[in-house]
Amino acid sequence: MPDLSRLDPLKPFLPWLLLALGLVAPFALSAYDLNLLARFMAMGILALGLVLIWGHGGILSLGQGVFFGLGGYAIALHMKLADLPSGEIPDFMVWSGRDSLPFWWTPFSSPAFTIAAILIVPTLVGALFSWAVFHRRVGGTYFALITQALALAFSTLIISRQDVTGGFNGLTDFYSVFGFGLASPGTGSGLYWVTLAVLCVAFVALRWLLASRFGILLRAARDGENRVRFLGYSPTPFKVVAFAIAAMLAGVGGALFTLHAGVVSPALIGVVPSIEMVVWVAIGGRYSLAGAIVGALLVNLARDAVSSAFPELWLYLMGALFIFVVTLLPRGLAGLVKRKAA
Amino acid sequence: MDALFLNQLFNGASLASLYLLAALGLALSFGLMRVINMAHGEMLMLGGYLAWMTLLVVPGALGIILAIPVAFVGAAAMGGLIQSTLIRRLSARPLDTLLATWGVSLILQQGARDLFGAVGVEVRAPEWLTGSFVVFGVTLPSARLFIILIAALVLGGLALLLLKTRIGLLVRAVNQDRMMASASGIDVKRVDFTIFCLGSGVAGLAGVMLALLGPVTPNVGQSYIIPAFLVVVMGGLGSIVGTTASAIILGLFAALAQIFVDVSVAQMLLLVFVILFIQVRPQGVIAVKTRQLDA
Repeated sequence: MPDLSRLDPLKPFLPWLLLALGLVAPFALSAYDLNLLARFMAMGILALGLVLIWGHGGILSLGQGVFFGLGGYAIALHMKLADLPSGEIPDFMVWSGRDSLPFWWTPFSSPAFTIAAILIVPTLVGALFSWAVFHRRVGGTYFALITQALALAFSTLIISRQDVTGGFNGLTDFYSVFGFGLASPGTGSGLYWVTLAVLCVAFVALRWLLASRFGILLRAARDGENRVRFLGYSPTPFKVVAFAIAAMLAGVGGALFTLHAGVVSPALIGVVPSIEMVVWVAIGGRYSLAGAIVGALLVNLARDAVSSAFPELWLYLMGALFIFVVTLLPRGLAGLVKRKAA
Repeated sequence: MDALFLNQLFNGASLASLYLLAALGLALSFGLMRVINMAHGEMLMLGGYLAWMTLLVVPGALGIILAIPVAFVGAAAMGGLIQSTLIRRLSARPLDTLLATWGVSLILQQGARDLFGAVGVEVRAPEWLTGSFVVFGVTLPSARLFIILIAALVLGGLALLLLKTRIGLLVRAVNQDRMMASASGIDVKRVDFTIFCLGSGVAGLAGVMLALLGPVTPNVGQSYIIPAFLVVVMGGLGSIVGTTASAIILGLFAALAQIFVDVSVAQMLLLVFVILFIQVRPQGVIAVKTRQLDA
């Protein structure tokens, strides 16, 4: 197995440090702060997927919000239905003049179907979408632009179908999930532990994947796609599988985020949030799994602190962060630590 | 139905003109440098605000004519600033350029919001642009005819520039083979810079056209720039003819789709159309033939 420490300079200690912090947090933080942390950790799950495709695959996706949204809306549909007395439809549908549930809502009343949908739908959409583009050898900048168009189309579609999606306001007012009341403190910390566990599993699985032959080929295709072809491999399946995995992680992250935040809406998954997801990873370090988690946590913490007090300032800061990280710190914070250590 | 069809055909032509004006600069720079400026949409916005300011100073009927060169020069200067301070440093990393210029786009949008307010400003079109002609039962607003005319003029001017002038010769040389062009003494960086300014200027001019159609808001560029990106994806690398054809196809497609479905579904269909198109012609509408492996 190849040595990954070169790619992941923080590997020896940072993951353990993060894990320790994650284990202590529920006992040290207030319920409100714990909820905030859990949201950011859900975003961290998505960020791990970006390390896989962007850092190691060279595939820049400006549309991860779409998959985040697919997962988020799947769990939101379930929770909307679970809270309803039988035979009724959600209130926003009544206001929009509907008198029956759209057919594609109905199966989400089953918890098993919902969990399957969270795992399968984003993965499948990601696989089909990326295959359609990659198998014709279109990639790089073109792919990034197409993913951005996807994010725009998806969020516009949700906004315009107000009667079945909740439109611009999204879906909110959830009371229970799988029989647990969301208001009770036990559910909050239970969901935190679930999120932490998913994050750990995703981290370990991706670290294994990146060190495997699959990871080597993915990096090879990033650095010289045609050379990989000359060696007899088709890079397409590797890129498609990587993109599908990233989409799945985004979907799971989206579902967990929706549980913690209690809302899913187009404002969280459109063009602008989708590209912000990339900046979490750019700041943390695009080659480093642990770095990406740190990036997602730090950027969202900063956002929370700055944007509530000075909403205008946040956009300037965000813009400056994009420029600064990309020009001066292409390896992100992880690269900085490596340089100091060396 | 026939009148609706003809009407949408006309709307499609004016939409295609806007897509073309927005996409030309992107396509030219992409052909030369393989980078996309995500802040290109803000050049449209800048052009719109410059038109508004010009009309404040020169309110007469000719204000809008004067606004065109003002917007062109203003946007070209802003483009030149972005190219020389940021994009030039990142030229070897196209994906990072996307991200860095997105940062510029965020800052410019917020800047406009702080300077001019979030609501947007109205440019009052002069009287000779507010009327309309009725041809075969179809109403053709003069403003939209004007936009088509300007797009045709810009395209013609650009074609002359590229085919008949020395600058055009240099641009075509760098477009075909950057390394050989550089080796034969062409200052490729200056060519990059010139074309980037020119493309940004054309986008600024497109902003004046947008101002004729609706209010200028801080994110007015965003609604046109993503279709313009798709035009570049579909047009083919470094070909103005391909970009033009692709702008016309997508403009007509978007307008005609709106006969049957609403705007948001039309947007989704536009993306599906581009992805299907890639299945047939991944190299774009027109591909400049080259023996390079990694074009």
